[in-house]
Amino acid sequence: MTWVRRAAIVILVLVALAALFGPAFAPYSYSEQFRDAPSALPGGRFLLGTDQIGRDYFSRLLYATRISIVLAPAAAVVSIVLALLIAPLGAGRGLLRPAVSVFTTICLALPWIFLFIILRAELPLNTSPGLSVLATFALMGVAGWAWPARVFAAEIGRMENSGWLLHARACGIPAKRIAMAHAWPHLRSVALAQFRVLVPAYILAEASLGLLGLGVPEPLPSWGNLLGDLRHPDLVRANPWILTPLVLLIVVMICLETLGSAPMGEIE
Amino acid sequence: MMRRSLVAAVALVCAACGSGGRKSGEVRNQLRISIAGDPKSFDPLQVIDDSSDTVRYLTSGVLVRVNRATDALEPELAESWKMSDDGRTISFHLRPGLKFSDNTPLNANDVERTLRRALDPKEASPYRDKFAGDPAITVSSQLDITIAYAGPKPGLDRLFDTLPIVPATMAKLRASAGPFYYSDYRPGEYVMLARNPNYWKHDSSGKQLPYLDSVRVAIQGNHDVEVEKFLRGEQDIVAKLEPAAFDRVEKAKPGSAKSLGPSLNSESMWFNESPRGPLPEWKRKWFQSAAFRHAVSLAINREDIARVVYGGRAHASAGPVSPANKFWFNASLKPLPYDQRAAMKALTSEGFTQQTGGLRDAAGHPVEFSLITNGGNASREHMAPLIQSDLAKLGMKVNVVTLDFNSLLDRLTKSFNYEAVLLSLNIEADPIEVMNLWLSSGDHHAWYLSEKTPATPWEARIDELEKIQATSGSRDVRKKAFDEVQKIAVEQEPIIYLVNPDALCAIAPDLKGTQPSVAPPSVWWNVEWLRFE
Repeated sequence: MTWVRRAAIVILVLVALAALFGPAFAPYSYSEQFRDAPSALPGGRFLLGTDQIGRDYFSRLLYATRISIVLAPAAAVVSIVLALLIAPLGAGRGLLRPAVSVFTTICLALPWIFLFIILRAELPLNTSPGLSVLATFALMGVAGWAWPARVFAAEIGRMENSGWLLHARACGIPAKRIAMAHAWPHLRSVALAQFRVLVPAYILAEASLGLLGLGVPEPLPSWGNLLGDLRHPDLVRANPWILTPLVLLIVVMICLETLGSAPMGEIE
Repeated sequence: MMRRSLVAAVALVCAACGSGGRKSGEVRNQLRISIAGDPKSFDPLQVIDDSSDTVRYLTSGVLVRVNRATDALEPELAESWKMSDDGRTISFHLRPGLKFSDNTPLNANDVERTLRRALDPKEASPYRDKFAGDPAITVSSQLDITIAYAGPKPGLDRLFDTLPIVPATMAKLRASAGPFYYSDYRPGEYVMLARNPNYWKHDSSGKQLPYLDSVRVAIQGNHDVEVEKFLRGEQDIVAKLEPAAFDRVEKAKPGSAKSLGPSLNSESMWFNESPRGPLPEWKRKWFQSAAFRHAVSLAINREDIARVVYGGRAHASAGPVSPANKFWFNASLKPLPYDQRAAMKALTSEGFTQQTGGLRDAAGHPVEFSLITNGGNASREHMAPLIQSDLAKLGMKVNVVTLDFNSLLDRLTKSFNYEAVLLSLNIEADPIEVMNLWLSSGDHHAWYLSEKTPATPWEARIDELEKIQATSGSRDVRKKAFDEVQKIAVEQEPIIYLVNPDALCAIAPDLKGTQPSVAPPSVWWNVEWLRFE
């Protein structure tokens, strides 16, 4: 493993620890408003300054990191599990195979961002912020199954034509055992690779929804809604420290991409 | 040698950029402004959007014009006019020798034709509603025309401030009786307006107006780009400046950022009182309670909103009309003070109690409601958490939901599936224009759309007062009636008025003759007098 990948792992671990335990050490609540200090400069009282309505930026960033770092992998797991359940159907024989293939293609062609806007608009208005966050990431998890499913279906198709599978069948090994003992180890590395692709994609997707004002609702912070302020260049010029979540997002993305490009065996 | 040439070329390019592409010492005679999108129509009688209205204003001659700085009605194409005492009839005497920009004479027949076109149902002109009432139009000479309504027509003289006198045929639409005529249009880029050589107005030294040769109206949907272009010297006016940009503009170009005081607009919130909304009956009961609405209003710190969200460039609202609207504002109304104790007292009188876990109504329901607003509006996105936090102090749980604008409108006007909304209300200068909001049967009766009959005695009283508005020819009688409407609106608070953001604009320091006003079009309403020095 190169030093770059080691550094990436160290940074990701540090960010994950900050996300999990940081809020306990946050100087203030993420929603506490210091109206005497809107857009305050970074300093002793507020480490990273305050936002436009006087909320401590450092505390909000810690909570936001928890939401994005914890829920994006959770959504990725949902997508992978769904894909693993659907892909074998698409790799089977008979009418099911083309039906699943067409369904997957349709799902890949859908403009999800618009569907998200519609779905978000249709959610009950009195959904609590916590539930709304879970719904947003759950929707992303459910909507994101198609890509990994296509990859898994191709991998299963390749396995079906392999010599070892024919040999296992010829030896009379039951299908369940073939799936668990022989096929799964092959699929596991593919699933891990897909997981590493989906996590940054979901973090960015939440950020995009946040930019549209449709992601995590107030007063809960997320990287998405913290980045929302970047839509207004005058705010950025006046309070450049609001770029911090962008810097953090870029660093995390680079780390994830660095690990994502690593050989499978090295990471495993 | 080559290197030196390259350095010189770069320096030239930089110099050109720094001066907005103009050579040093060059006398400018083109005004550069911008609109948010392509005009939907160049027919002055078919204007339905702000962009078309800007082009309409700059290219149209009107009979009379409201001086935006003094609010006085001044003669334009009409040399004089006379209104009957009952407000039903108005007679105009036109200036002699008027011509459109294409040399066609302009006389009373053009005014008659314009008015008949505006009133023609086949034309479906937005002016039809304004001039509705089937007036009798009589042309008594080439210069004299009388318009007579069967009943009183409130604000009849001021209506002609907006009516552009158009030439006889559609083919001549490019011809104008205003200071400029439409000369070129590139979709998505610009509309070019050229000086009308036949414009009637002259200055005191006898020089024909307008002073400017042309106006380049850039189509620029991005407000931040508009400000950048202004700072680079590529635009001369930013008609609406955001508070966050004000200080930057002032720092970069001292004296160019102008604050005109409170604007006509008001940021406000209201509750859904319509029985057609899919709300639990007990929630609707809260929203229909004046004490509940009053408590919410008392508990919101308007001064904090003005200071924190707008950086001090907003003022707490006193009621439905901004103090900027000097004639119609009811000066006896004052902004409601921030008073959590009084708010709790009002709630207690309605049976609400503070318990562990928050405020509950008399039946024990926890007080929780959603507040929707449109995503992408920085001010409202920042205002909502302040309101949420203020109301949390009373024990109310407010769920802030940002929606895209179309979804929001759909909930407000079709499904009625909302509880409270935070939005800006467009306040017109004359209350006759907002009758639809106040009449219980009005299409824009925001809190209870299209009531069949007034739901409350105070709404019935507002209906009576609005009828006086609609039928009285006397401005003073109308003012008295509308003062009472404002008083009722503040007592009952069907709409909770929060702040009037300041009207901010930026004007290039070398542009002279401007008299910016909060009334639209705020900066170029006297475009014929603008000049560069």
